[in-house]
Amino acid sequence: MYKTIADIHAIREAKKADLMIRVDENAAPSAEGGRMHVLVCAGTGCVSSSSVKIIEKLTDMVHKNKLEDEVKIVKTGCFGLCAEGPIMMIYPDHVMYTRVEISDVDEIFNTHIIGGQAVKRLLAGDSEKKDAHNALGSLEFFSKQLRIALRNCGGINPECIDEYIAKDGYLALEKALTEMTPAGVIDVVKASEIRGRGGAGFPTGLKWSFAAPQVSDQKYVACNADEGDPGAFMDRSVLEGDPHSIIEAMALAGYAIGANQGYVYVRAEYPIAVQRLGIAIEQAKEYGLLGKNILGTGFDFDLDIRLGAGAFVCGEETALITSVEGRRGEPKPRPPFPAVKGLFGKPTVLNNVETLANIPVILLKGADWFKSMGTEKSRGTKVFAVGGKINNVGLVEIPMGTTLREIIYDIGGGIPGGKAFKAAQTGGPSGGCIPASHLDTPIDYDSLMAIGSMMGSGGLIVMDEENCMVDIAKFFLEFTVDESCGKCPPCRIGTKRMLELLERITQGKASPTAIEDLEELAKSIKASSLCALGQTAPNPVLSTLKYFRDEYVAHIDEKRCPAGVCKDLLEFSILEDKCIGCSACARKCPVNAISGEIKSPYTIDTAACIKCGVCMDTCKFGAIIKK
Amino acid sequence: MAKDCTTCVETQEKQEKLHKVIAEHKGTRGALIPVLHEAQEIYGYLPMEVQLEIANGLDVPLAEVYGVVSFYTRFSINPKGKYLVNVCMGTACYVKGAGLILEKLKEALDLDVDECSEDGKFSLEACRCIGACGLAPVMTINEDVYGRLVPEDVVGIIEKYKNL
Ligand SMILES: Cc1cc2nc3c(=O)[nH]c(=O)nc-3n(C[C@H](O)[C@H](O)[C@H](O)COP(=O)(O)O)c2cc1C
Ligand code: FES
Repeated sequence: MYKTIADIHAIREAKKADLMIRVDENAAPSAEGGRMHVLVCAGTGCVSSSSVKIIEKLTDMVHKNKLEDEVKIVKTGCFGLCAEGPIMMIYPDHVMYTRVEISDVDEIFNTHIIGGQAVKRLLAGDSEKKDAHNALGSLEFFSKQLRIALRNCGGINPECIDEYIAKDGYLALEKALTEMTPAGVIDVVKASEIRGRGGAGFPTGLKWSFAAPQVSDQKYVACNADEGDPGAFMDRSVLEGDPHSIIEAMALAGYAIGANQGYVYVRAEYPIAVQRLGIAIEQAKEYGLLGKNILGTGFDFDLDIRLGAGAFVCGEETALITSVEGRRGEPKPRPPFPAVKGLFGKPTVLNNVETLANIPVILLKGADWFKSMGTEKSRGTKVFAVGGKINNVGLVEIPMGTTLREIIYDIGGGIPGGKAFKAAQTGGPSGGCIPASHLDTPIDYDSLMAIGSMMGSGGLIVMDEENCMVDIAKFFLEFTVDESCGKCPPCRIGTKRMLELLERITQGKASPTAIEDLEELAKSIKASSLCALGQTAPNPVLSTLKYFRDEYVAHIDEKRCPAGVCKDLLEFSILEDKCIGCSACARKCPVNAISGEIKSPYTIDTAACIKCGVCMDTCKFGAIIKK
Repeated sequence: MAKDCTTCVETQEKQEKLHKVIAEHKGTRGALIPVLHEAQEIYGYLPMEVQLEIANGLDVPLAEVYGVVSFYTRFSINPKGKYLVNVCMGTACYVKGAGLILEKLKEALDLDVDECSEDGKFSLEACRCIGACGLAPVMTINEDVYGRLVPEDVVGIIEKYKNL
């Protein structure tokens, strides 16, 4: 039902009281809110490890024991600790459980929910240091973070608008509509100096101020939730965990620039995000927070979802706009910039999900508060999806200026298996690899650019000694070749030629001039491509050439892959002193390349060997090596 | 005979659904991609007849419809297998050995990427990040997600579906 400002205030106060036990351990439970809240992550990562079944089972047990009024089972968005999922958090005790399995549910129910005792073996954190009191703050993973864009992720039920309202949700919108002029809103955003989190780092307030004075019968606000960097999931987590923050921010942007219609462009690969956003839009409409005459102020704003269809280039702003228009998502030359001539030819402001997630808090707490975080030229925080060879794979939000070392070793818990760190990749297919010598670089837009990488949208992939940097460069080039839209020749043909060169290098067939050839091609592709996809495509090659040139040289001159990854350059052999002659490998070899006599060392015929590695997997004695 | 009848009832149902979708979107700007998404949901893929129907229904040239379908990797003009095996080749999965998982799958299914087995049971695809990077390397078979894979797991998982 349509709500007035007074209604929303009443909802906020009531719900705040219900949620108090999630903030303060000693808070008295409210009449409606129950005495205990069991939060279970239902983000994509945890859903993949069966969190939905856990939620169902718990809900069922609570129901059977007629405890619905006392114990609330709440599904939430991502807590960030994805590698340890499914995650469960119990309030008011502030106890976090990790890697919960469906078979653990009985024990949690009986021992904790009924008995009031924590289940020790499931507690988060180091097993030696296990302490029932593992509030979010006491784990190093969380204590070094500063969660602003992710403020509600893992804390509220994203399918319940009242919980968002209780967290001061829609208060910024109310404030803007009732107390501020559109220009005033832009002034605050400008003063906060927030820069776009989608990759390019353009000042958001400035972008809005370009669109505002345009005279047009229609303007649009668009949200870029295409998140094309493979291995990045910040934007998805915000949409899954706190969709209302994006709706509120888009309405604010609409008010600021004079637009009444918004579109959220989400990748179709994110079904849960699409579904939660859809639910949130319906709820906001029902409360009158979207649609006509919002909060009785006369401001209209509508929001629709558009699905991507698997094209990386559609993350680029002009391509995204063409795609929303229903056409092939090919980029267009700029100017005209979208702020002047965007969607359907009308002035359009396009922002990334994470950028938008910051906006409501900035308006509530003010520009100075926001500016107090981060560095001089990069204010605020940045969310990173940390993945690859790192212990705590997951989502982290840190103040700008935090070093890579802190992210990887303190928050991320270091490299698994005691392996050596080799490089961290940021910026996805447009970015570069950062070597160990730059681990102390502060993370901000300009510092990353200076060392040949870029902030990107927030993917951060860690690689160890077992990753071949030429192979990684080839991986990204394969991606770009696949995703080049084909409109401009430098990108379409040039990246293909670069990939061929890399293929020859990894096969040991490259000419001695291969490195110079790569560099020359890279230069002309960067200079002459139509959009940033082509202009940045050579970056993964250039940065690996800069920091790991010796690996390229080993492949080219010595026909050797130092990391032991590039198959064509590997040779398998059997260590005589370790082989006991059990014949297990010989029996598994698909091409009968291994021969010998029982109980004496076997040998591999390298000419016949297809390097499938089955023998190595089979051998229990570590007698087979690849070099 | 009986089988033919069920197929034609099915075809008719699908067509009715498609017509409804087209009618709902006709006249809205940028309707083509949403309609294609829904049509693919109904048919599982986008054969030429369906594209023609959409072109006529929305009053856009067939060339434009085909141009859009061929541009976006999510739209498919070929039918998919009953079990769609999808290996994540996103960066997080790749650095953790997704390439080896894909090799094993190719071997176990005797298929290359983007192929469908002759009996229509399996298709093999490679995708980019399904968002379960914490479980890397990851593959999905229809709705089921398999994470923290090692190459040796693959054959056993595929066998399960072969016998379903
Ligand atoms: C090839 C390419 C892919 C891009 N992909 C994304 C993306 O997935 N998400 C995103 O927000 N921005 C992406 N961008 C950046 C957008 O063009 C645009 O700068 C951004 O969405 C603007 O929002 P912001 O100012 O809030 O960052 C991409 C750019 C290029 C050139
Ligand atoms: S890279 Fe594979 S799930 Fe993200």
